[in-house]
Amino acid sequence: MELANIEKLLEKYDNAETTLQEEVALRNYFTEGNVAPHLQEYACMFEHFSNTKEDTYKRTINLVSKKSKKLNFNWLSFAASLMLLFSVYFGKQEYDRYRAVKIYAQVSKGLQLLSTNLKKGEQAVAQLYKHESVVNKALK
Amino acid sequence: MNQSDFLAVVLPFKDKVFRLAKRLLVSREEAEDATQELIFKLWKNKSKIGNYKNVEAFAMTMTKNYCYDRLKSKQASNLTLVHSNYKEKETSLDKKLEYQDSVNQVHQLIEKLPENQKIIIQLRDVEQYDFDEICKMVNMKPTAVRVALSRARKTIREELTKKHNYGVS
Repeated sequence: MELANIEKLLEKYDNAETTLQEEVALRNYFTEGNVAPHLQEYACMFEHFSNTKEDTYKRTINLVSKKSKKLNFNWLSFAASLMLLFSVYFGKQEYDRYRAVKIYAQVSKGLQLLSTNLKKGEQAVAQLYKHESVVNKALK
Repeated sequence: MNQSDFLAVVLPFKDKVFRLAKRLLVSREEAEDATQELIFKLWKNKSKIGNYKNVEAFAMTMTKNYCYDRLKSKQASNLTLVHSNYKEKETSLDKKLEYQDSVNQVHQLIEKLPENQKIIIQLRDVEQYDFDEICKMVNMKPTAVRVALSRARKTIREELTKKHNYGVS
């Protein structure tokens, strides 16, 4: 292709306006050799692009491996949630029992206090009756 | 879909996936691991492959996203990337070697570009996808793709010219 034409295409290329066909034309020009000296930079670029394209994936594709790693994580989260559930359940039970014992102790203490005080009162009243009967006897 | 059907779909573009991964992740090993991982992911979702209109474009998008994730985790763990296929040559009297040097420089210059320009120049200039496909792959508007591509091309060329004029730095 003529140089003027190439230069026009290159300007379009710089503005990303070239079509794929035009880029193929440019590629051909630059890989054919005898590039105009002031266009040397483009030659480097196109050379690099085509070099890069020759690189291929050489490992064999493996479609079965690495399953265990992911699966493990899934089971781990499942197990963890189960553990949490159980511990919350049993923890709640244990806590309830603890609270019941505490409440029982408090209530029984309160009742005891009540009963001792009542007993005191009863004694006092009994004494009062005694005094009253003595006074009545004396008055008769 | 059995294994051979799947491979028939995947094999034509596995090299493209690999090259894109290599462009982004730089090291060959990383890129190979990424390719393996991506193909394996596709295989696991093989039941859905029929639903995608363009498996290749989908795979390229996946590659892009996967590599971004890898890069992010790399930055978090503070690892630096090392490129393996650029060789520095101090004095190259041979004209041919000098030229080869400049070709290698292109590689370095592309590495310095922003991520999206890197991807787009890889997809367009190396893999020669058309603009519609690239837009789908990178999820960008056509004008944005063109602007990014134009910027990338100009940056590379200008840097090369600079180096040629002032001698190799």
